[in-house]
Amino acid sequence: MSRTWVTPGGVHPPENKHQSVTLPIGQLPIPEKLVIPLSQHIGAPATPCVEIGQQVLKGQIIAQAVGMVSIPMHAPSSGTISAIEHRPIAHASGMLAPCIEITTDGADTWIEHQGISDYEHISPKKLLEIVGNAGISGMGGAGFPSAVKLNPGRQRPIDTLIVNATECEPYITADDSAIRERAGEIVEGIKILSAILDHPTNIMIGIEDNKPEAIAALAPHVEDSGISVVVFPTKYPSGGEKQLIYILTGKELPAGKLPADEGMVCINIGTTYAIKRAVTDGEPLISRVTTVTGDAVGTPRNYDTLIGTPVRHLLEHNQFDEQAGGRVVMGGPMMGFTLPSADVPIVKTTNCILAPSYAEIPDDEPAQPCIRCGMCAQACPVSLLPQQLFWYAQAEEHERLEAHNLFDCIECGACSYVCPSNIPLVQYYRAAKGDIRQAREEKVKSDHARDRFEFHKERIEQAEREKEAKRAARREATQQAKADHLAATANGSEVSSAAPTAPATPAGAVPSSSAADIIAAAQARAAAKQASPEDQRAKLERTIASAEQRLKMAEEKLTEAINDDSGKQDKLSAAVENTRQKLEQSKSKLAELAE
Amino acid sequence: MAFKQVSSPHAHAAQNTSQVMKLVLLATIPGLAALTWQFGWGSFINVVLASVTAVVCEAAIVKMRGRSISFYLGDYSAVVTAVLLGLALPPLAPWWVVVVGTVFSIVVAKQLYGGLGYNPFNPAMVGYVVLLISFPIQMTTWVAPLALLPVGAAHPGLIESLQIVFAGYSPADGVTGATPLDVFKHSSGLLVDQVYDREPLFNQAMFAGAGWEWVNLGFLLGGIILLSQRIFTWHGPVGMLGALALMSIIFWDSGSSSSPGSPLMHLFSGASMMGAFFILTDPVSSAVSNRGRLIFGALIGVLVYVIRAWGNYPDAVAFAVLLANFAAPFIDNYTLPRTYGHTDRRRATEKEED
Repeated sequence: MSRTWVTPGGVHPPENKHQSVTLPIGQLPIPEKLVIPLSQHIGAPATPCVEIGQQVLKGQIIAQAVGMVSIPMHAPSSGTISAIEHRPIAHASGMLAPCIEITTDGADTWIEHQGISDYEHISPKKLLEIVGNAGISGMGGAGFPSAVKLNPGRQRPIDTLIVNATECEPYITADDSAIRERAGEIVEGIKILSAILDHPTNIMIGIEDNKPEAIAALAPHVEDSGISVVVFPTKYPSGGEKQLIYILTGKELPAGKLPADEGMVCINIGTTYAIKRAVTDGEPLISRVTTVTGDAVGTPRNYDTLIGTPVRHLLEHNQFDEQAGGRVVMGGPMMGFTLPSADVPIVKTTNCILAPSYAEIPDDEPAQPCIRCGMCAQACPVSLLPQQLFWYAQAEEHERLEAHNLFDCIECGACSYVCPSNIPLVQYYRAAKGDIRQAREEKVKSDHARDRFEFHKERIEQAEREKEAKRAARREATQQAKADHLAATANGSEVSSAAPTAPATPAGAVPSSSAADIIAAAQARAAAKQASPEDQRAKLERTIASAEQRLKMAEEKLTEAINDDSGKQDKLSAAVENTRQKLEQSKSKLAELAE
Repeated sequence: MAFKQVSSPHAHAAQNTSQVMKLVLLATIPGLAALTWQFGWGSFINVVLASVTAVVCEAAIVKMRGRSISFYLGDYSAVVTAVLLGLALPPLAPWWVVVVGTVFSIVVAKQLYGGLGYNPFNPAMVGYVVLLISFPIQMTTWVAPLALLPVGAAHPGLIESLQIVFAGYSPADGVTGATPLDVFKHSSGLLVDQVYDREPLFNQAMFAGAGWEWVNLGFLLGGIILLSQRIFTWHGPVGMLGALALMSIIFWDSGSSSSPGSPLMHLFSGASMMGAFFILTDPVSSAVSNRGRLIFGALIGVLVYVIRAWGNYPDAVAFAVLLANFAAPFIDNYTLPRTYGHTDRRRATEKEED
């Protein structure tokens, strides 16, 4: 018997698990319509690859994975695609999300599929591909794509594989009954996992001591397999990933780290079954065990439920009494969320549909003031101070909340469960987390906007500086040209403007550095100009065109002035002459260039 | 089908604040019984009178604040405050002492700060201290314990007690007397052994003063009941009693004439046990974390001893608790528990590093 560690806090709510395990896992008739949400997992939603009206077979891919963290979706039964549109899904907000609806034909015809029996001889890469293509995501909690979780492209090798069979939430028995009936296949799934992870030295199935039948069912299959079944006392929430890791290894997962960073993989036991089916039978994940329980249903039990089955179908086949209770919960009574309606479909993470009566789960009483009794702090499994968090959440003191490690809260609900004042603590924390996340995002946005503004300002200033420098250079060049012109006139010969060496500089005198800079700049400009004769020609052509235009206009004005006999004739005739000279200069330059 | 939308968790433990308060009330019964047995009907009358006053005051204020009277009276917190104050007051104190103290506790110390859950100071102790400072004579006149009554005399009966409390009748001679802490306060020049030999309050007792030891045992029993019901954790009481015991051992001075008394005397005299289990465990005004409550309790233990030994008052629980109430938010800042996955405790005042 392996050693186990004890987590702080925790609560012991009434388990209410016995009701749903009196009967074996049942099968429901195939529902008329199946609604498959495209996002049943963490990561990018899948993209439909079928069209409305298309016939699909059971197990056929109907939506492809998009990107690295995503999974494909498969038809849970044969039939016709009847809609691809937004539908209500199982989400606390009651939001709509893209779904594919299949109108089943009742024949339940499988697509051709084949499994692999000797997975030991298949490369982990190939096995991972099978797991990924089978659309398997974690079936215990958040629904993280399994192939991504098991991908060996990580820093360190995996030495510990933890299979989570804790099922610590009251009422739920999906894993329990699956183990009772499918222990052999589950253990085979674990062996496949072990092969994928290159045989970790430590393989443990963590299970609470309230499931003796399941523990007994596992025992013969794990003999001499190197897999140990670790039993520990029942306490909520032992099944949280972080809690289970501590219970089994005595190690805490450092804040912000993933189990893989510590050489561990933690996977739900239902997922191992799906992996086994995918590898050895070639079946994608199209059904799962779901507990239907609570006093508002006739016979609490587990069903092997097709993904996409509307909750209504499950409830109606189980004599659901709508009058008996006010809420229907997907998940357990501690962390499950209420469904907006019975139209939402079962997804890959749906382990339980709980329809409690008013007697079981009465409506909430009005909250009394917090007396800081500290029962919440005694119950908290991660050693937070819920009463302080509540106080600061009310006051919206974000810094205090973060200093009190609000983001380490796993929202298990143990604090609200024990609160004698009936304060919905977890709701306050969720809201506060949302506020802080939003504030962070806004801060990022405003930082970004500020950076952009500052960059913009800087750019404008730089442009201004460059302009100023250009102006200065131009001024300098004009002076230079004038000097050249003077020198040329004095020598009576043509001086190439491309040789701007100042003749005025006395021999042996060193030009000042700023003058040298300007000269260098002018030379660089001249060199740049000469580097591209095409540009030069184009520019000259443009200059000629505009000069011709101006000459024409000047001549018109001159004619006008002569006709009017205004006193502007001299000035205008000088301007015309000037323009004509420039034009000729440019023309001769162009001719020069053409040579 | 449209279902009710409620956020998780859906399950709740059966316990509620009213039940917690009722349990606290029940747990005071052994202490009250010991007081009544050893000191007559006075404490019982105090408790009833204070409770009635508290309920009337609470109802009046809640009505003035426009809140539901039945909802707020239903939490029993006013009654708990009143009962604790009533137990702390000297038996057979005049009725107006009890009423003034209770009014101050409920109206000023509790409701003016925002009612249950918002009072920074322990309301019962605020009332007690106001009375102690305002009416020192009435507040230091204690009834003599059963063992010390003159031969053939008895504590006044219920009717007679009511007459003393409400009509100002004087109790019979010898019915009032000093407390063990008073005796020690004024026993300069005597060795502890001599005090124990000469003073009837001690030579008629088992270990810590006639009558008082029984009262303290009663409150200890009540406290253990509450501990076993997990109404509070051991940290506060153990912190206080531990610190008190430690201080009295350190300054025991082998029972010399300057010794402030033995550890047993300090633990089982005055309001030690009541303070440890019923006063400092008021969660509203104490520190919040386990570690914080341990420090909070220890601070009270040290303060109690310091005031008893070197201060002007024979007992000090009320002052010590109020002083520690001041310190509670400060203690809270530095006593956060270490959260899962973190290597260190954090400070509540930590700013986010940018």
